[in-house]
Amino acid sequence: MFEIVERQEMAQGTIISNWIKAPKIAAKAKPGQFVILRANDKGERIPLTMADSDPAKGLINIIYMVVGKSTALFKTLQVGQFYQDVIGPLGQPTHLDKVGKVICVGGGTGIAVMHPIARGLKQAGNFVYSVIGSRSKDLLIMEERMKAASDELMICTDDGTYGHHGFVTDKLRETLEKHKDIALAVCIGPVPMMKFCCKVTKEFGVKTLVSLNPIMVDGTGMCGCCRVKIGGQMKFACVDGPEFDGHQVDWDELNLRLRSYLVEEKVSYDQFKAGHGSGKCSCGS
Amino acid sequence: MSEEVKAPKKEKIPRQKMPEQPANVRRHNFEEVPNGYTPELAMKEAERCIQCKDPRCRQGCPVEVEIPAFIAKIKEGDFEGAIRKIWEKNALPAVCGRVCPQEVQCEGMCIMGKKDAPVAIGNLERFAADQQRKHGRDILPPKAAPTGKKVAVVGSGPSGLTVAGDLILKGHDVTVFEALHLPGGVLIYGIPEFRLPKEIVASECHYLERLGGKIEVNSVIGRSETVDELLEHFDVVYLGVGAGLPVFLKIPGEHFIGVYSANEYLTRSNLMKAYDFPNYDTPIVKGKNVATFGGGNVAMDSARTALRLGAEHSYIIYRRSRDELPARGAEVHHAEEEGVEFLFLSNPLRFLGDDATGRLTGVECLKMELGEPDASGRRRPVPIPGSEFQVKIDTAVIAIGAGSNPLLTKSTPGLDLNKWGYIVADPKTGKTMKPRVWAGGDIVTGSATVILAMGAGRLASNSIHDYLTMGW
Repeated sequence: MFEIVERQEMAQGTIISNWIKAPKIAAKAKPGQFVILRANDKGERIPLTMADSDPAKGLINIIYMVVGKSTALFKTLQVGQFYQDVIGPLGQPTHLDKVGKVICVGGGTGIAVMHPIARGLKQAGNFVYSVIGSRSKDLLIMEERMKAASDELMICTDDGTYGHHGFVTDKLRETLEKHKDIALAVCIGPVPMMKFCCKVTKEFGVKTLVSLNPIMVDGTGMCGCCRVKIGGQMKFACVDGPEFDGHQVDWDELNLRLRSYLVEEKVSYDQFKAGHGSGKCSCGS
Repeated sequence: MSEEVKAPKKEKIPRQKMPEQPANVRRHNFEEVPNGYTPELAMKEAERCIQCKDPRCRQGCPVEVEIPAFIAKIKEGDFEGAIRKIWEKNALPAVCGRVCPQEVQCEGMCIMGKKDAPVAIGNLERFAADQQRKHGRDILPPKAAPTGKKVAVVGSGPSGLTVAGDLILKGHDVTVFEALHLPGGVLIYGIPEFRLPKEIVASECHYLERLGGKIEVNSVIGRSETVDELLEHFDVVYLGVGAGLPVFLKIPGEHFIGVYSANEYLTRSNLMKAYDFPNYDTPIVKGKNVATFGGGNVAMDSARTALRLGAEHSYIIYRRSRDELPARGAEVHHAEEEGVEFLFLSNPLRFLGDDATGRLTGVECLKMELGEPDASGRRRPVPIPGSEFQVKIDTAVIAIGAGSNPLLTKSTPGLDLNKWGYIVADPKTGKTMKPRVWAGGDIVTGSATVILAMGAGRLASNSIHDYLTMGW
């Protein structure tokens, strides 16, 4: 059992931050790694990349968007309540080498995943440009933490309610044009965002890391559910990733496999909303 | 020992069959197929054992259960005595009685089998274990005085649980680390409910805990802690982490929605209980036309699971013929009875899918014929040119084996690995090249059976006990 010690609703309650007591995981967690969480006995195993960790206090931080039954169930968990299972740290950590100038692009909850990587790259002695974006101002998360983790922070909103009016790819292109000596890009967010960021960085010949989020079951290399095609080769995101060279990723295949259970996910979520709304559910909130 | 009984001159007792669910009923449910012996049936079957002086059956058992001795106890109606006898050598009798390939082990050696059917040793072992679990007193086998030595067992599958059971009884302090959220390894995620109820796996694991063992789930050794870190707190580490990485067919279209590795398909259904979706949260594609590729026990389990998930057609597509199927005869027989359709001498070429929805729609195969025997002694399948044919399917399950999982081995310096990435260990002792580290089961041999993994565990536990008590 893993206790939630701090909980915060962000982006008008669509994004939730949890600090969870998990000392063994916190002691080992590195930027870029993920955990698998399960709310209760009947729950799915949900992989989430950690947004932060505090080994001294034995805590890990996850930040997730409510998109279906499992994350809606997570949202019902309050401070003092527990996740039944938290497993990790899993996946390969990010290589935080000093390469000079880097640009970190984060969209939506991808900003949370990006945060420890940007911070780590800055601590390694890199000059870090960061671009973060969301649909609108209300949905933007972690501005302050990203500001601290970066040397220069740029903000974009799709509707222009804050920062640059437009997509993160605009600021990415502008920055790469201005600073030809940027040696590395890290882009983390929804699949279309990562795909288009990679198109831009490819034009400039800048090496680009992305963090993939395919569906997983065990997360330890046993089931093969998270297979992705990288440079024409089958890789398992849970043990070979989740970070890969963005220019090698078969984005269309990833996007297709993410849609595997759209029908089932809707059935499950609708049933949950009906039960939860009527007070018949057993989630305890 | 008990009295010497000559081959009975009285009326010959035939091998007692276990009552089982009819095929047309059980293909729609996940309940166990055979119901087990009643005490009367078990005692009657036990009478068939002639109590050989030099029992061959024992030689056929990888963990050397005292087979005639426990059968004698059942014959007397002393069921508690029977389970105590079995426990001396086997911590997982309810599992072994169900999933061991007895026909090539104990029962394959049984002298009764020369002229008649062998004694149903597996059924009797299962009976003794089930009787104890359901009706027995709360008893435990005797345990040696604590030695103060600490043993870490990595992986709670059949080999790990055997090592744990053996060493706990010998007085060592044993902690088992399991990566998943429930203990049992392949017994919990791989073997389906209808062949091995999960309640039984839980009960066997609980038995180890009652004996004093500790089981830590959600512990991914190699990530949450390394083997070297374990060696700081434990005298010895045993690695029984299983094979791991599923092998795919490496043909076009394996990304389509509905294509699964057997590991994923079975894990979703067994461990995550996706067959009970949406009562449980994990979904699975419940295909109407399902093809399983491969011919082993895992393929049979997958094809039979597909039927229970509602498939109208569940095919097994295998590139050799029926004679070469590596699965146990009983499993093939059960699959045939339930209506699994076999397409022999067929090799998949590519999966077909709907590019708009991304869903699998079929598979194209090539007909094969058997040629000369290959290195394995089996006749090699040879393609028949121009014999391509298509099968309409919406779900594919690839059950052609597993490779080695690099997660633990890559994070453990000093281990010797072979060219397939499996750990090199002494076949007689399970000792690896790394001091104080033993290994066994699929991570050493590649994919094999439950009882072979248990046999490897037994050899390793003997060697570990020698090391802990005598220092070598």
